[in-house]
Amino acid sequence: MIEGILIGLQTALSLKNILMVVMGCFFGTIIGMLPGLGPMTAIALMIPITYGFEPATGLILMAGVYYGAVFGGSTSSILINAPGVPGTVATAFDGYPMAQQGKAGKALAIAAYSSFAGGTISAIFLLFAAPSLSKVSLAFRSPDYFALMVLGLTAVSAFSSKGQFLKAMMMVILGLMLATVGQDSLSDITRFTFNNMNLTDGISFVLVVMATFAMSEALTIILKGKDPSRATEKISLSQLGSIKLDKDERNKMLKSIPRSSVLGFLIGVLPGAGATIASFLAYGMERNYVNEDEKKKFGKGSVHGLAAPETANNAACSGSFVPLLTLGIPGSGTTAVMLGALLGFGIQPGPRLYMTNPEIFWSVIMSMYIGMVILLILNLPLIPYIARVLATPKNFLIPLILFFSVTGIYLMSFNNFDIFLMIGIAIVATFLRLYNFPMAPLILAFVLGGLIEENLRRSLLISDGSFSFLWDRPLTAVIFGGTILLVSWQIYKSIKR
Amino acid sequence: MFKKLVKLVLASLLFFSVSTTTFAMDKLHFLIGGGAGGGWDGTARGTGEALTKAGMLGSASFENMSGGGGGKALAYLINTKPENTILVQSTPLVLRSITRHKGYVTGDDVLSYKDVTPIAGVIGDYGAIAVAKDSPFQNFADVVAAYKKDPKSVKMAGGSVRGSMDHLIGALAFQEAGANPNDVIYVPYDAGGKALAGLLSGETQILSTGLGEVMGARDQVRIIGITAPERVSDAPEVPTLKEQGFDVQFVNWRGFFGPPGMDKGMKKQIAKMLGDIQKTPEWEAVRKRNAWVNIYNPDKKFVKFLKTQTKEMTALMKKLGVI
Repeated sequence: MIEGILIGLQTALSLKNILMVVMGCFFGTIIGMLPGLGPMTAIALMIPITYGFEPATGLILMAGVYYGAVFGGSTSSILINAPGVPGTVATAFDGYPMAQQGKAGKALAIAAYSSFAGGTISAIFLLFAAPSLSKVSLAFRSPDYFALMVLGLTAVSAFSSKGQFLKAMMMVILGLMLATVGQDSLSDITRFTFNNMNLTDGISFVLVVMATFAMSEALTIILKGKDPSRATEKISLSQLGSIKLDKDERNKMLKSIPRSSVLGFLIGVLPGAGATIASFLAYGMERNYVNEDEKKKFGKGSVHGLAAPETANNAACSGSFVPLLTLGIPGSGTTAVMLGALLGFGIQPGPRLYMTNPEIFWSVIMSMYIGMVILLILNLPLIPYIARVLATPKNFLIPLILFFSVTGIYLMSFNNFDIFLMIGIAIVATFLRLYNFPMAPLILAFVLGGLIEENLRRSLLISDGSFSFLWDRPLTAVIFGGTILLVSWQIYKSIKR
Repeated sequence: MFKKLVKLVLASLLFFSVSTTTFAMDKLHFLIGGGAGGGWDGTARGTGEALTKAGMLGSASFENMSGGGGGKALAYLINTKPENTILVQSTPLVLRSITRHKGYVTGDDVLSYKDVTPIAGVIGDYGAIAVAKDSPFQNFADVVAAYKKDPKSVKMAGGSVRGSMDHLIGALAFQEAGANPNDVIYVPYDAGGKALAGLLSGETQILSTGLGEVMGARDQVRIIGITAPERVSDAPEVPTLKEQGFDVQFVNWRGFFGPPGMDKGMKKQIAKMLGDIQKTPEWEAVRKRNAWVNIYNPDKKFVKFLKTQTKEMTALMKKLGVI
């Protein structure tokens, strides 16, 4: 293995490959910042460029784009509440409130440090445990995924504080309802499409996020423009704040990072989950973990609430290379595109990859360390300049947000209908916002709803209609047991109070 | 229309007279019914790349138009009849034609291959039945034996919904083995990769999908049969179902279609170009990179093939109760 690492290091440190890492990280960051354009599109468009390259070089470039995009996506989440990539939706929950409190610089710095730590720590896991971890990725069956997604749904409690319980629950239901639109995932029956073929593929996650976050946020600001209570906020917004973290913030961040990187990495290893699920789960778990005082800060600019999802999404990114490289299983659209490219290079992924092509296997992992350092260098000194976006007067910033929302969604599907659908959802969401309905539970339910349904129905199909799958296997039972304990403990605590 | 055509011919004559290299065609616009990175996208861009590099085509342009599982692009081609434009499509077009025309799905997307002009099928992917490496099943006969003993002991995974291509590949094989394809438990996943993970986790016993989907995981799975007439060069160790005594042949073709009422000369010209390109090294480079199988199938032959496939699939889908 040492030999392999050395070969990898040698390959990764060649001038050409370092150049590729820098290029990949740079393009990835920019693409990640633009709402709508995700790493999958970027990598797909990059494939023709990589054809003349050696396989290792090509894969290093694509990996750089991938984690660069997840790194960069947090910037637009924090600054304009418009997540650049799906994996950074949870970043907006606490990052955006923080920026609104005049701490944009700090928020960006926390995101950058957490992403760096998450990416680096999980690359270490990848280095030492990739072959044995492939077993973990195969241990999960449909019932386990079902249990895991239900566990994820408990994170809703994070958004239902101070008498908002009913409203949060209503938004969960709305999110679950939106998730049912489109072709049923098990049969080809279409649901709630009203014979409109633009709806047969369902409503895209990015579209819902852009409509409920970026666009409705912009519309709310316009509608509340004359609100005198907002005047103070306007002033504070133009101050970027320092990027230096004080001792308390650093300590909080350092506490969140280890647990979130382990969680994120493990979720990333699973073929049925990914960076998005990992960040939501980390957010929910983190809230369950911290003390009562911290809990109240969640959703209002908590350091824990920002560091956890940012660490987890980058960790999941590295984790998703485990099934890709050791089993040839793509867990997400992005890794599926990469697998196609690998096969195009004539590379056969599998447990023997690090024996047959050590230079590829190890150099990609090695390049991840280099990439993380480059991303940190790229992002940290630039933060004051990036954060200045917020200092842009509102009458320029709002049209810009609206512009990026519309172009972003169009670039994703090249379908005009999506623009109208987004505007429609944004208008409804704006009214809901004005009546203080939280948007995060809707997003969480939307992303988990489809997965819960699909895995539940598949479990039932496999177990021949019997619900015994809930306790048949220890793994499922443990996850469900954990969920029940977690919920009952929370209920007990709230009754006692 | 005629005037426009004359102008086009004159213009191209003028173009050819001044340019030093002569292209078989000046320009061609590829319409893609899915997003970047998908199978249709790769086929269109790969073909366009080979054609321009080989000097047969002056310039190729591409347009992704996703929506309705390709239905949106299909509707656009039929309604606007754009010039110099071809649409990339594959087997799902046939399946769609069957379900939509039987009144199974109503609405404004009742469209089939008969509404467009088939030009040529160019590449294909065979169906494959795979099991995990440590599975007791060594060949398809083992699977059939286990199934006949207890139909519930064999669960078949696939990367798409019931009634999709993945489902039909496995169902065809079981039907040929004398089983009722409707009794085979089919477990759908929402992507090939996830179906593969399901197979390897042990929750299903066999996987029915395209050969291309399992090529990446040959270290983990044993492919026990493919629906090709003979073994393929990219995976020579993999047996066909036919040589095991189950005469199942199925190819997921990918090909090109023109707008309805496309000029016959133009259709022939494009069809010829798509055939000629397959003999060039430029095409071979693209083909190898994507592990495609050449199945050039032009014009009338293509239409005939589509008719046969429609007939076979209709019968099977009726048996499966999906239409």
